[in-house]
Amino acid sequence: MPSEMKTACFDEMGPANECREQYRLIRDWLENAPEGTLEIKHREAEFIFRRTGITFAVYTSGGDPERLIPFDIIPRILDNSEWDYLSSGLTQRVRALNAFIGDVYGKQEFIRAGKIPAELVLLNPGFVSEMVGLPVAAGAYMHISGIDIVRVGPKEFYVLEDNCRTPSGVSYMLENREVMTRLFPDLVNKARIKPVSHYPEDLLETLRSVAPLNCRGAPEVVLLTPGIFNSAYYEHSFLADEMGIELVEGADLVVQDLMVYMRTTRGLKRVDVIYRRIDDPYLDPLVFLPDSSLGVPGLMAAYHAGNVTIANAPGAGIADDKAVYTYVPDMIRFFLGEEPILHNVPTWKCGTPSDLSYVLEHLHELVVKDVHGSGGYGMLVGPHASKAELAEFAVKLRASPQTYIAQPTLALSTCPTFVDSGVAPRHVDLRPFILMGREIRLAPGGLTRVAMREGSLVVNSSQGGGTKDTWILEGTG
Amino acid sequence: MLSRTAENIYWLARYVERAENIARLLDVALRMSAVPQESSDGTNEWHSAIVASGCEDHFYEAHERAGAQEVIHYLTRDRENPSSIISCFAAARSNARTVRTALSTSAWEAINSTWLEMAELDDKDFSPEHLRKFLDWVKERSLLFGGAVASTMMHRDGYWFNRIGALIERADSTARILDVKYHVLLPEYETIGGTIDFYQWATILRSVSALRAYHWVYRDRVKPWLVAELLILKPEMPRSLAYCYHELTQNLDHLANAYGGARGECHRQAGKTDAFLRYGKIDHIFEQGLHEFLTGFIEDTDALGLEITNQYLT
Repeated sequence: MPSEMKTACFDEMGPANECREQYRLIRDWLENAPEGTLEIKHREAEFIFRRTGITFAVYTSGGDPERLIPFDIIPRILDNSEWDYLSSGLTQRVRALNAFIGDVYGKQEFIRAGKIPAELVLLNPGFVSEMVGLPVAAGAYMHISGIDIVRVGPKEFYVLEDNCRTPSGVSYMLENREVMTRLFPDLVNKARIKPVSHYPEDLLETLRSVAPLNCRGAPEVVLLTPGIFNSAYYEHSFLADEMGIELVEGADLVVQDLMVYMRTTRGLKRVDVIYRRIDDPYLDPLVFLPDSSLGVPGLMAAYHAGNVTIANAPGAGIADDKAVYTYVPDMIRFFLGEEPILHNVPTWKCGTPSDLSYVLEHLHELVVKDVHGSGGYGMLVGPHASKAELAEFAVKLRASPQTYIAQPTLALSTCPTFVDSGVAPRHVDLRPFILMGREIRLAPGGLTRVAMREGSLVVNSSQGGGTKDTWILEGTG
Repeated sequence: MLSRTAENIYWLARYVERAENIARLLDVALRMSAVPQESSDGTNEWHSAIVASGCEDHFYEAHERAGAQEVIHYLTRDRENPSSIISCFAAARSNARTVRTALSTSAWEAINSTWLEMAELDDKDFSPEHLRKFLDWVKERSLLFGGAVASTMMHRDGYWFNRIGALIERADSTARILDVKYHVLLPEYETIGGTIDFYQWATILRSVSALRAYHWVYRDRVKPWLVAELLILKPEMPRSLAYCYHELTQNLDHLANAYGGARGECHRQAGKTDAFLRYGKIDHIFEQGLHEFLTGFIEDTDALGLEITNQYLT
């Protein structure tokens, strides 16, 4: 099966004897680069990442707790028309997802119309009952989202999953471009790439645009981090720095008279918008987990009083549940009256008996995911699993079928990648980032993640995946 | 600025300064141990380094005597010692990482690359024959950080907290160095010790990089009471107590002005000590008792640190 996949997959640069137009520049460079150049550039890139401290903490025991995410110096390139298609599809999807969240905590028409089982929404761990009936600024719930896209053919893109809570990776998108510009100034210049460096400004404007109505003057925006031990801490500090806002921890914030303040060297200062990078259950120990010290006691009361905006809104995670995912095409039809531009990967819901029996029969060719998991943990890749692993997973599936979904093993597109053996194809995906305030904005491109091991389909950084710079070319030339 | 951020910046600066001061103490001990004759007071230079580092109690909990090997290990790379150079750089980097947004890229990279290079060191780098190279590296890294801060950070509250941290640490360190050797600095000592203790006096000057400065200021052979005067009262000497307090009060004033004019107990205490050092005379200090003065000064500086914490850092 894996060897079949290798020949079947779409390569972003093109088959061996051809070269797709947008890769011509890179292909020429690769062919003409003197022996050893790639190795040198690769080392230089690693040195820059290490020195600037762009690291990622991985939750495993032993080893270097601050690891570098492998960065590949060969970019992933999409042309203008491919991006136009993706961005219209992403915009549509985000509008529908946001409308769905508003509906879940509002009139619940989608449920009442029988489009989704009520228990799947209301009993979902991502459902936050405190949000019911609560208006939010500009009707925006998922201010920052990341939608994972995979490609299987020239015009075939699928949405793999939606990330509507606190998607990470955008700092790598920005730093990757920065590093590429330093390593290959000529190539970057010649390629005419749509810039991404204004993303932090767009993010800040988005966050300011959803300040509470009673905010006077320029809204004070802060980024709330769980702290230095969080795996994405680098990204938190990077974004705060780029936006010129304070990076706060829970203990820096205090709620008095339903207002949120931060403790500063000049005393307490009012906070209007919190870009939080901590999960819902940790936001406020008075409402959610009482033992959590990461959040701010009284924050939800201040939020209810309309004195602060929390981005993304608590409860936005209801839209990125993997079981809810299968209903997104219906959301697009229901809320927007449009046909989906981007398609879902065909998905079996193991909670449905007929789907479950299909999945059990075809386990060796499917990818099975825990609906509440993330980061590639607790996932089965059928074609790569041993007999024993398959049998073990089948037991888990039978025990709690409703917590799993299954999808065909997609022949993810490959992109030439610099590895130990030289330049070789490796599977990639794409996570574009979408901002939603009073309007929707996209950073052109996103984060391309690449599975560094030959044949591997797991691109998650926590599982040894790497990243590439993603180029969206200007115009058609 | 967040109080926590200010606190991290303050401690970051203290730890970097401390690493440098420890390196200077070791440098001097190493130099003295190479001097053929015993100094007249028979003190052990390695013991002096421990006392001057402020780690005396902690060190002797785990060690019987202060031999070269134990002291070098303890002050350079002992993780159990929070003031060892390695511990200082690790703590500095951890503080810096928490407040990256408040540092300039160059200041952050100066700290981070120090920490990365530190991880590459092995036993050989700490051996007696390579020790001096290591100590020079430590001083270089500290100076690099100071330079990066001064020329790339915005000169506003974050910068001032950084300076305040460094100056509190330095004032404390200079006072301790003087106190360890105070008896050889008394005017009457010259007749007892004679020129044989040139080494002692030069040691003190070297430990604060002031031997050359002494000659430029006094154009005279090294006299112990002038050494005391230089390191306590000369405002142009960047490691003197007078200099530290002069710049401390300036930075505290910048903060007060930037924050709407409010001054507190830390301003009063810093101003009081500054005035004494600015208008004081060395004779008066000798009359009061050099040791008594220095002990009082170390206590006052400690108290000032607490007042700064109360006012701004919590």
